[in-house]
Amino acid sequence: MALDKATVARIATLARIRLSPAELEPLAGELSHILDWVEQLNEVATDGVAPLASVADIALPMRDDAVTDGNCRDAVLGNAPAAAKGFYTVPKVVE
Amino acid sequence: MSLLALSLAEARAGLAAKDFSARELAEAYVAAMAEARPLNAFITETPERALAMADESDARRARGEARPLDGIPVAVKDLYCTRGVLTTAASHILDGFVPPYESTVTENLWRAGAVMLGKTNLDEFAMGSSNTTSYYGPVENPWRRAGDNRPLVPGGSSGGSAAAVAAHAALAATGTDTGGSIRQPASFCGIVGLKPTYGRCSRWGVVAFASSLDHPGPMTRTVRDAAIMLGAMAGHDPRDSTSAPLPVPDYEAALTGGIAGLRIGIPKEYRADGMPAEIEALWRQGAAWLKERGAVIVDDVSLPHTRYALPAYYIIAPAEASSNLARYDGVRFGLRVPGESLEDLYEQTRAAGFGAEVRRRVLIGTYVLSAGYYDAYYLKAQRVRALIARDFTEAFARVDCLLAPTTPSAAFAIGEKSDDPIAMYLNDLFTVPADLAGLPAVSVPAGLSADGLPLGLQVIGRAFDEATVLRAAAALEAAAGFTHRPSFRAGDR
Repeated sequence: MALDKATVARIATLARIRLSPAELEPLAGELSHILDWVEQLNEVATDGVAPLASVADIALPMRDDAVTDGNCRDAVLGNAPAAAKGFYTVPKVVE
Repeated sequence: MSLLALSLAEARAGLAAKDFSARELAEAYVAAMAEARPLNAFITETPERALAMADESDARRARGEARPLDGIPVAVKDLYCTRGVLTTAASHILDGFVPPYESTVTENLWRAGAVMLGKTNLDEFAMGSSNTTSYYGPVENPWRRAGDNRPLVPGGSSGGSAAAVAAHAALAATGTDTGGSIRQPASFCGIVGLKPTYGRCSRWGVVAFASSLDHPGPMTRTVRDAAIMLGAMAGHDPRDSTSAPLPVPDYEAALTGGIAGLRIGIPKEYRADGMPAEIEALWRQGAAWLKERGAVIVDDVSLPHTRYALPAYYIIAPAEASSNLARYDGVRFGLRVPGESLEDLYEQTRAAGFGAEVRRRVLIGTYVLSAGYYDAYYLKAQRVRALIARDFTEAFARVDCLLAPTTPSAAFAIGEKSDDPIAMYLNDLFTVPADLAGLPAVSVPAGLSADGLPLGLQVIGRAFDEATVLRAAAALEAAAGFTHRPSFRAGDR
């Protein structure tokens, strides 16, 4: 599967990673190379085989719907790049 | 004998006999860490914390309250969150991140009395097989080729942990294994690396790479030390929904008893094209060693889908990574690059914060999960994963363990293989299948390559049967008698 520059740009937008125009061409080559290589999976007959998402052979555990954590606003905001008055601050998005 | 030369089990005995104090042991390792700085194995050293924890350990012992790992200095891969200590995942995007919480595995270690030396270097977000993708620079392997002074990679992604243990800058370390990241660096650095069964060690508080594949585990100098470390690290954790609600056996006690009658399979598909003759010979030697000790060698075991493990992995792991790494947005923690808009902030932050290999994998993962490609790539890879797991189930109906090489080569020079992602991915040819199937596997140093570098053999076992895997590994270790020394070791001068 050869990816063109427009496709790489579209994936990068979905992934929220800014790429410069000069990066698109080499990345298209690298990603196409990897996709060509993984396509050998098409040699494997998988009809009727259920996809395996996890090997954890356990039922998802349930617990009471009760608060087990919290009251740690300052600890949470301790890592914020910018915060004010107990809130995260981000660039203005509404004029 | 230098304190640094003791194994974990020997240091434990010395502390119990009061031959030396936890403080003396910690001081020796703090000095060793400093001496080993040219290897770049640590991102953050925590000497004050180490000495304070050692003093607490000595006080507990004086009160007669010593715990299983009391006073043992360990290094922590910088993918485990540690309360109050910078945690980077070797990525620029986690700049300045100091977790307000502790990972379950490290919490278990500290509760067992272990002493924290610092946080070890790794490939960025554990994506790599050479420890060259770290934002904090490459780690050097303490081994050099005979007659060649070029620095070599320690393997990856747990390269800092492997180098630190091999260079005697830590008595033991934690690692994580998603595609081979414990076993491959253990093999490259001449130490023992154990990837437990998926669910045996909690993933809570370990920075997520590929959640269905991430396995925390120990890296040590001996198999016995790995058994001791695993016993302290493992256990059910309600905060990890995939953590197995099973009791933790006494792995150290399980080392006794020998391997008479144990059935060891030799999977024929692990004979890769172009595999160096010396690795093939070492593998045969390993089988002969186990046979001499009473094991039954079954040499026609087949795992027919082995060659598809690596391409399946390079769909599944990037897909999960692209989802897990979506949280790094520059808003709540870590690096923030200001932008014109919130959208612009996200894109600028992630472009500046992620290195080339992480970006590549996030983009591949985003692509294979995107509309129109999900079935063809992601679901296809998951179906192949089911077949790989089934191959192992069928093999383990006939044998108790499998024996295989850990890696298709010895350590290579820093910079080699860095221009072709797939050449780098092939490092994990023999380690990825056990990750996809979630099975326990341990790499043991078994011999040297012609140019004097360590080579490992791995034992793979049934789910939650780490005890048998460790017993077979101990037999291999005893037979191999690996006592070769790296070019650099702290305390040698």
